[in-house]
Amino acid sequence: MKKLINKPEDVVKEALAGMAAAHADLITVDIENQVIVRKDAPVQGKVGIISGGGSGHEPMHGGFVGFGMLDAACPGAVFTSPVPDQMLIATKAVNGGAGVLHIVKNYTGDVMNFEMAAELAEAEGIHVESVVTNDDVAVQDSLYTAGRRGVGVTVLLEKIVGGFAQTGAPLDQVAALARKVNAQGRSMGMALTPCTVPTAGKPTFELGEDEMEIGIGIHGEPGRRRVKLAPADEITEMLATPVIEDLGLKSGENVLAFVNGMGGTPLIELYIVYNALNRILKGKNINIVRSLVGSYITSLEMAGCSITLVRMDDELIKYWDAPVHTPALRWGM
Amino acid sequence: MTNEDMIRWLEGIADALHENAQYLTELDAAIGDADHGTNMDRGFTAVRAKFPAMQTMDMAGQLKTVGSTLVSTVGGASGPLYGTAFLRAGNAIAGKTDLSAADVVAMLEAFLGGIVARGKAQPGEKTMVDALTPALTAAKTALQEGAGLAEVTARAAAAAEEGMKATIPMLATKGRASYLGERSIGHQDPGATSSWLMLRCLAEVCAGSV
Repeated sequence: MKKLINKPEDVVKEALAGMAAAHADLITVDIENQVIVRKDAPVQGKVGIISGGGSGHEPMHGGFVGFGMLDAACPGAVFTSPVPDQMLIATKAVNGGAGVLHIVKNYTGDVMNFEMAAELAEAEGIHVESVVTNDDVAVQDSLYTAGRRGVGVTVLLEKIVGGFAQTGAPLDQVAALARKVNAQGRSMGMALTPCTVPTAGKPTFELGEDEMEIGIGIHGEPGRRRVKLAPADEITEMLATPVIEDLGLKSGENVLAFVNGMGGTPLIELYIVYNALNRILKGKNINIVRSLVGSYITSLEMAGCSITLVRMDDELIKYWDAPVHTPALRWGM
Repeated sequence: MTNEDMIRWLEGIADALHENAQYLTELDAAIGDADHGTNMDRGFTAVRAKFPAMQTMDMAGQLKTVGSTLVSTVGGASGPLYGTAFLRAGNAIAGKTDLSAADVVAMLEAFLGGIVARGKAQPGEKTMVDALTPALTAAKTALQEGAGLAEVTARAAAAAEEGMKATIPMLATKGRASYLGERSIGHQDPGATSSWLMLRCLAEVCAGSV
């Protein structure tokens, strides 16, 4: 295992200490409890927004804490849901008297731990609303699975909803906007390589030199199917087509196009994918009104990418464009 | 079963999960995200640190301490599932200072009940429920036949082992393994494996009983 770490068991704590030092102007980090909080929290009168999940997806979610996006993030062990204690600490830290929104990705562990945390918070008199993201189209049949995974749309939702909350909107409206973004977004991912969880010491699965995994999640688990390696244009087609179909995108509609790197793929390759995606969407007369290209929801060093499309309207565009200042995203200020 | 036996059981679990951490992680790599062994080891290492405090607790208090410790340290799905299991198991034996075979069966029923309430899995979905359900059935049958604690727990452990192995050909319809669809077939479920280890340790501790 060739990683830029010290001891595997210290990875998360050391990374949190590094983040705290690098972004001391934006965040404070409770390293012992593993909670990252916006420096000026709680922001009085504003809905507090928290999310969390396993470590190993950086910059999600800790890198999105700051003005205009998340108020706090709870990182668990690598690829492991955080525990209710973390979410309770975060919820109390961001409670500005207007309630708190929990953004939960649809994974069994995340959902259960956040549910327990919301119960604890309500017991302490803090009003919590929870929104679950489940945009992954790779998992088709919800009846026979744990349901669609929450992946790329989570990043876009955190930004849009963060922008709206910054205006002082009430909790029920913030939650409604979050559900709207989730409903209008779909994603699909693929991997060229597996990844290695530091404490596991070896890759989560084996891929041959000429193979790729289609329909991956973000936790290093194998995908839906393994096929022969194809050129980027074909890969983009394989990801974009089910997303477009599932979303029912029609000629003339507007989208936000997000090409995400899984962590181990260089930007030059992500732009090749975006080029292909741009051509596919133009061919269907679907307008890209906003774009995001980069590694924002990752799976350690996994090489690969995911594509997320969100059907945009004026409201979503407005809050996407709103100012944001976090370690990973900054514009308008 | 007394509160010293209870601590011996929990210590046995902590040892077994530590020794099998890599094995559980490997099982979880095949159909999950390769963290089950590490997570359970971390949880029961935290439980181990509470043994001194547990010496003076009654058994219900001991199990509830295990439950809340697991919730606070394990994370993932296993934390809430096993955490709720131990919390409910503790509630089922509230006030008792010596557990009969019937008490232990009630404890196991509450343990499984907690997992089903939290995770909503049924048998056949390739989860820990597939080891625990046959284990409970075997324990109840043994109890009805008049078996003592040693035999009840031994038969429960044996049934759990069979149930764990029976997960191999199952299609996963719960948890992370369910995303793999048919690719989950042919692999033993890590949660069923850690459940079996817990019951095996229980049988070992109760082996000397009547």
